[in-house]
Amino acid sequence: MENYIVEMLNITKEFPGIIANDNITLKLKKGEIHALLGENGAGKSTLMSVLFGLYQAEKGEIRKNGEKVTINNPNDANALGIGMVHQHFKLVEVFTVLENIILGVEPVKKGFLEMEESKEKIMELSEQYGLKISPDSLIEDISVGMQQRVEILKMLYRDNEILIFDEPTAVLTPQEIKELLQIMKDLAEEGKSILFITHKLNEIMEVADRCTVLRKGKYIGTVDIGSTSKEELSRMMVGRDISFSVEKETSKPGEVILSIKNMTVASKTHKNNAVKDVSFDVRAGEIVCLAGIDGNGQSEFVYGLTGLEKLVSGSISLKGKDISKASIRERSASGMSHIPEDRHKHGLVLDYKLEENLILQRYWQPKFQKNHFIRFNEMRNYAEDLIERFDIRSSQGPTTIARSMSGGNQQKAIIAREIDKKHELLVAVQPTRGLDVGAIEYIHSQLIESRDAGKAVLLISLELDEVMNVSDRILVIYEGEIVGELDPKETSTQELGLYMAGAKRNTEKETEHAGE
Amino acid sequence: MQGNNRDKPKFNIKSITSHGGFKSLGAALMAIFLGLVVGFIIMLVASPGNAMAGFRFVLLGGMRRLGDVLYFATPILMTGLAVGFAFKMGLFNIGASGQYTMGMFFALYVAFMWDLPGSTHWIVAILAGFLGGMIWGFIPGIFKALLNVNEVITSIMFNYIGMYLVDMWIQKNGVMYNSSMTRTRYIDSGVQIPALGIAGSNVNLGIILAIIIAIILYIVLEKTTFGYELKATGHNKHAAEYAGMQGKRNIILTMVIAGGMAGLGGAFAILAPSAIAGSSMTYEPINIIAVNGFTGIAVALLGNAHPLGTILSATFISYIQRGGTLTSLVGFKPEIIDIVVAVIIYFSAFAMIMNTAIAGFIKARLGKQENKPILETGEGPVEEAEPQDEEEVEKEAE
Repeated sequence: MENYIVEMLNITKEFPGIIANDNITLKLKKGEIHALLGENGAGKSTLMSVLFGLYQAEKGEIRKNGEKVTINNPNDANALGIGMVHQHFKLVEVFTVLENIILGVEPVKKGFLEMEESKEKIMELSEQYGLKISPDSLIEDISVGMQQRVEILKMLYRDNEILIFDEPTAVLTPQEIKELLQIMKDLAEEGKSILFITHKLNEIMEVADRCTVLRKGKYIGTVDIGSTSKEELSRMMVGRDISFSVEKETSKPGEVILSIKNMTVASKTHKNNAVKDVSFDVRAGEIVCLAGIDGNGQSEFVYGLTGLEKLVSGSISLKGKDISKASIRERSASGMSHIPEDRHKHGLVLDYKLEENLILQRYWQPKFQKNHFIRFNEMRNYAEDLIERFDIRSSQGPTTIARSMSGGNQQKAIIAREIDKKHELLVAVQPTRGLDVGAIEYIHSQLIESRDAGKAVLLISLELDEVMNVSDRILVIYEGEIVGELDPKETSTQELGLYMAGAKRNTEKETEHAGE
Repeated sequence: MQGNNRDKPKFNIKSITSHGGFKSLGAALMAIFLGLVVGFIIMLVASPGNAMAGFRFVLLGGMRRLGDVLYFATPILMTGLAVGFAFKMGLFNIGASGQYTMGMFFALYVAFMWDLPGSTHWIVAILAGFLGGMIWGFIPGIFKALLNVNEVITSIMFNYIGMYLVDMWIQKNGVMYNSSMTRTRYIDSGVQIPALGIAGSNVNLGIILAIIIAIILYIVLEKTTFGYELKATGHNKHAAEYAGMQGKRNIILTMVIAGGMAGLGGAFAILAPSAIAGSSMTYEPINIIAVNGFTGIAVALLGNAHPLGTILSATFISYIQRGGTLTSLVGFKPEIIDIVVAVIIYFSAFAMIMNTAIAGFIKARLGKQENKPILETGEGPVEEAEPQDEEEVEKEAE
């Protein structure tokens, strides 16, 4: 018999009107990294919540080391050595790293906190697994990658041997992802068993030993990573073939739509400018991608471009018209569509209905209002039209509250709104962040369709694959400056990586900055 | 009550229980019930023998004086609207008292100092009150919009500034102030708002106007682009900015309208007719902040900041206040009712939690097959998010 540390046998979990997990079996071997793969909503999180004691399954049983166990709440799970790193960290921002790690299992002597021993234990653990942390920093002061390490240390501190990682790479930069994957490998070598929930195939291929695939709440199969391929996994996950290379014709750039000259934008976090003296053009019928590692001024660039932030200097013109000082509304009305980076913060009013969100950029136009009274019939018809054309799925159609929709469909709603709005320039900022391959494929095809319709598309992306596949021209931004212009057909991911990391630059300023 | 959920015509009890308005009404009733229970316990502790009789007055006393219930509901309905309207935009207008006092002063000034024909005098006085309140809402609005000064702080300050200013202006003005009585002189009956003619009560046209204004505010909030912008800003100001809404203009406009509402409340209160011939309402400048402004916060909270809900909650609070004054007949201090109101407000602050609890309870009763997740995640919509999420993505994959 194989040595399984955890077995979830024939688990069925129903929610009103839906079976989230239908007879699912998952067996975790000791010391392996076991990936759990599925599209958004395939039932991965539900299954893990059952294991972690957040939900009770209607049918099926959980075994640990061959013995049947019941897990009624996270404390039970903890007692069995099961720990979880949630997608959204559960940390107290104003506490130190050390305080967060011991929270809930505080060591006390005579009623007083005794933290020295814990500190030693934590430092030992962090040494052992290469998890560099500074125990006395406040959580709010450390990076997201660091915060994740704290979450991992929390599990290790509690001597958990089964570690669940719920989409751990979604919030990390490429560099941090690399480090995390290494940490996971080290943990597995030390004998920890890891469940790795994700929908990123590259990561699975890199670290996992085996992979269980779920689709629509059903168990599809478990495969050895050594004997499978990315294509095979994606077919299991989606149920059809997915093309990883984006199909598109060569671009036929037309007139200049967007022209940016010497744009400089201030930073909110430090005194230097976040965007420094950036100039470039985007023409009709081409997708220009602004690539770079997160935090190199992309967000500020977009704020400056779309009017959310004032420019320090420089100018922007759209179709020959200067819009450097125009309001957000004026820019939008003169043909700029904007798919924002953060769909919850900027893109949607989550407590509004879908139909109300679909007119967020246009409610003031005569089509949707008459004498300042909203034309509800028009709004409803328009929403139904967009829902149909862009295939936005939701439980109650136009009246669904945006908050209750899935991430992929929220993004579809934003894309529908921005693409259907009359525009010349489409600014898409990380449009596929956090979405599964099916949705990514859809969004890429929409961007290309927009391009082929003669629009100028400016894509801001952190994903190398996306940059290479979708764009017609790549501009690399590093520390707020454009350090290179590349042709995706002639460059390689490695070369692009060098530019993004600031190790290479090909602008005329090269010599000027070399001495710095 | 929420009114913005346009339900399918088909009758479906589940869609009613999950309806926002149903939830807020349920929560309000629950808060009222718990408030009354606590009030009764306090009465029981204070004077066990008279508790039953006293409590009967609280519950039923208002029935005997329905005219007065409406009369006293008028100003707190207006201040309730002042707080609730700003709240819809995410602003906490704690300055309704100052706006109320300022509106009252403007109305008084027009009543005493301007010479106008009787048929229009009271109307102009009311409009003056509206203007006074608007000015006093405008100032915190400007500070918030241009300098990002927290409106709670400025509007509290302006409660004091407004009250001291008004007291000073009145005491200096011999036409308005009767120093031997230490209060304002009687207003000419021609400037008083026409009574509705219910015997033994001061109820007047003010309540009708107040209700009409509440309905207008409802229409503004739910049907107009301004309401759409205002609520969008209240829900998510970043998204509102992204959509090109003029946040600064809207903040100022909202505070001006809110202030105007409270100012009207002050005008309605001071211009109300007196049941005793030859007299009128008077104002006593004794450096006390108008309590109706703070009651407005209670009214708005209990009414879930919804204009129509505010009509109900103002009437209710006025009703138990009338009953509360009668408890003195059996030896209670009328302040007992302030405690009850305070407890009601305290509980209605938990409205969201109770929404979930009540809706969950009813749903559980209706559908036994439904399995409630062990972990509640807080507010109603969020609670339902996960299963729904799963559901629609399921469909998507098909």
